[in-house]
Amino acid sequence: MNKTVNPNELTSDDDYGPLYAAHKKVYPQSVSGTFRRIKWGLMAFCLGVYYFLPFVRWNRGLGAPSQAVLIDLPNSRFYFFFIELWPQEVYYFTGLLIVAAVALFLMNSIGGRIWCGYLCPQTVWTDLFYAVERLIEGDRRERMKKDASSDPMKLERISEIVLKHSIWLLIAWWTGGAWVLYFNDAPTLVKQLVTFQGPMIAYVWIGILTATTYLLAGYMREQVCTNMCPWPRIQAALTDEWALNVTYRYDRGEKRTSVKKAAELRALGQQVGDCVDCYQCVAVCPTGIDIRNGPQMECIQCGLCIDACDNVMAKIGRPKRLIGYDNDINIHRRQEGKAPIYRIVRPRTIVYSAIIAAVGGIMIYTLATRSLLDVNVLHDRNPVAVKLSDGSIRNAYTVRLLNKSGYDRVVAIDADGPANLTVQVVGVDSVTPDRPMVVIPRDSTSELRLLVTAPAESNPEKSVPVRFHVTDIGLGEVASATDNFVAP
Amino acid sequence: MTDHSEVDTVTGKSTTGHEWDGIKELNTPLPRWWVISFYLTIIWSIGYWIVYPAWPLISSHTTGLLGYSTRASLAVELANLETLRGEKMAALAAAPLADIEKDPALLALARAKGRTVFGDNCAPCHGSGGAGAKGYPNLNDDDWLWGGTLDQIMQTIQFGARSGHAKTHEGQMLAFGKDGVLKADEIVTVANYVRSLSGLPTRKGFDAAKGEKIFTENCVACHGEGGKGNQELGAPDLTDKIWLYGSDEAALIETISQGRAGVMPAWEGRLDPATIKAMAVYVHSLGGGK
Repeated sequence: MNKTVNPNELTSDDDYGPLYAAHKKVYPQSVSGTFRRIKWGLMAFCLGVYYFLPFVRWNRGLGAPSQAVLIDLPNSRFYFFFIELWPQEVYYFTGLLIVAAVALFLMNSIGGRIWCGYLCPQTVWTDLFYAVERLIEGDRRERMKKDASSDPMKLERISEIVLKHSIWLLIAWWTGGAWVLYFNDAPTLVKQLVTFQGPMIAYVWIGILTATTYLLAGYMREQVCTNMCPWPRIQAALTDEWALNVTYRYDRGEKRTSVKKAAELRALGQQVGDCVDCYQCVAVCPTGIDIRNGPQMECIQCGLCIDACDNVMAKIGRPKRLIGYDNDINIHRRQEGKAPIYRIVRPRTIVYSAIIAAVGGIMIYTLATRSLLDVNVLHDRNPVAVKLSDGSIRNAYTVRLLNKSGYDRVVAIDADGPANLTVQVVGVDSVTPDRPMVVIPRDSTSELRLLVTAPAESNPEKSVPVRFHVTDIGLGEVASATDNFVAP
Repeated sequence: MTDHSEVDTVTGKSTTGHEWDGIKELNTPLPRWWVISFYLTIIWSIGYWIVYPAWPLISSHTTGLLGYSTRASLAVELANLETLRGEKMAALAAAPLADIEKDPALLALARAKGRTVFGDNCAPCHGSGGAGAKGYPNLNDDDWLWGGTLDQIMQTIQFGARSGHAKTHEGQMLAFGKDGVLKADEIVTVANYVRSLSGLPTRKGFDAAKGEKIFTENCVACHGEGGKGNQELGAPDLTDKIWLYGSDEAALIETISQGRAGVMPAWEGRLDPATIKAMAVYVHSLGGGK
């Protein structure tokens, strides 16, 4: 944050801007109100999901993991309730990322950086850490006084500090602990971890995330948003004049006067602003800015200043929402005596919603219609065709069968192409002639070498399409792939 | 540019004192912790100089306290890989040859290992996919000079053909023309007779009876009654559609007059038994194995 300097106040050379500045600690004051309640609710929801989701069970049958959400790196599988994804289906994550990005844009064009103010992990954990701090060390004034005090520390103060950091570390440790549970069976891993039998990598990750949580939420706080995060910068390029940002309605607020003076002036029938310069909006701000200076990069749109201002307005008997989610267009309209207009539905939000709907729709469609049995065929490159001693022609293919289901399958392989083809799988004795059957174990792939032979008299053309059908003989599910049958 | 910083009258912020074409740069100070982190990274990098190879010297370089080198690290990785493979290759070595193709895991291993070793050792003659060339048999087809069962393939790989190994396959096509056993016109006749065995067209005025007589007197000893071949001697089947040296008249005349004795080296001793086994399975699985 830049301090605005009055040129007349500059006296020494040191005042002419150092190239780096000491961090100014922010002491947000507690506040209650609508937006604070929303923030508490979202915090409880987000943290609840994050900390407890790994313990949710989901029955996938014997031999399969029973954890609802699991990233199984050693076996390259991702489990999400009824969905199981293989590495080659990573495009679902691409889709998810597109939806997430556009959803962020959409949120931004409706309510500014509400992601930053309500849902960003940095905000959620910082908010939690502030709550702990407030609970132990007291509210804004007390904390400022304690930090500023130069008296030698008393036992009470020391125990406060120790307690605060212990709780912080505990939360941070639990955060790291929950993280690793997403990568392994949670109850088993918890047991291993507490008996010090867990894998080294789990302890390392818990350590890393404990450290980052403790540092980012305990110390870095708003500096992450101001100095480290790219989103505040990107956001400036994505916003427009209709987005509802946290706005000080200066049309109503100016000129600022004291409560008493304002009453006097109003009695005289003069125009007075509602802002009483109480600085409550500044006191509660988690990034330490004054919203009355207009939209600022540091503002995370959390709305706590709205709550603070509303409380003051209620006390002095003035209408609420001197600060609110609004935009400059409406300020100007009010100044001109027109009614404010809110345009949530506009081309920008329609396009974003359409993109989300399209990508989401495609993902849901492909997910719903994807086959749990798949086949890939690769023609031998060298030699492409072989003449056998009786003059018949043979082509060889590498066939990869995928069984994504939770049970073993018995499949029959047919080739549909030039007349009288015979099909043979190396290492498999066909029970039924020319229709080799193989077992694909559950949740795995099998690679087979497939030999397709055309009789000598068939005289196939140089290259004919041949379609391979893999049929689950129990369920009748069919997967197909096309390649060519080539004559020498 | 001037070193003298001042305060910008519009924003009230101090400037860095830098000015380009009348545009002054506002001073937006970095957080102090950021600058400190920057210095810390520099100090950290000095640690790298000390523990890792860093500075070039005249003929070598500083090796660092950890003694790390990418080459040594590669060697370790390769050794680990060998250990990992060792267990699987031991399973392959222990499995009876006939059972390997029945076990999907062993088959996959044998084929993977076999393909690599084939590429390194066999591809120069037989081609990378075993498609062969003139004089070098195609290993994908079902026509085998020395037999196409797993055991026979493995034996051929182990001891080779005419390789000089004590157990190698012996037997060769004699040079009937060069050695003066047959006259030129007899060679032409018997060449046409051989073509007729697999239904190929023959020269005008070809005397089949004479051809058969010459064939019976000279060729049947190795190629067998009716030219069906003899895998004991590596004598090819002359009635099928596969010709190692070509089936046109000129090629046959050349074969009969000059003789043929292709050599395949013995691989026993050069490759370990498990590898030879893997290669036998690989060749067998190419498609022509009996």
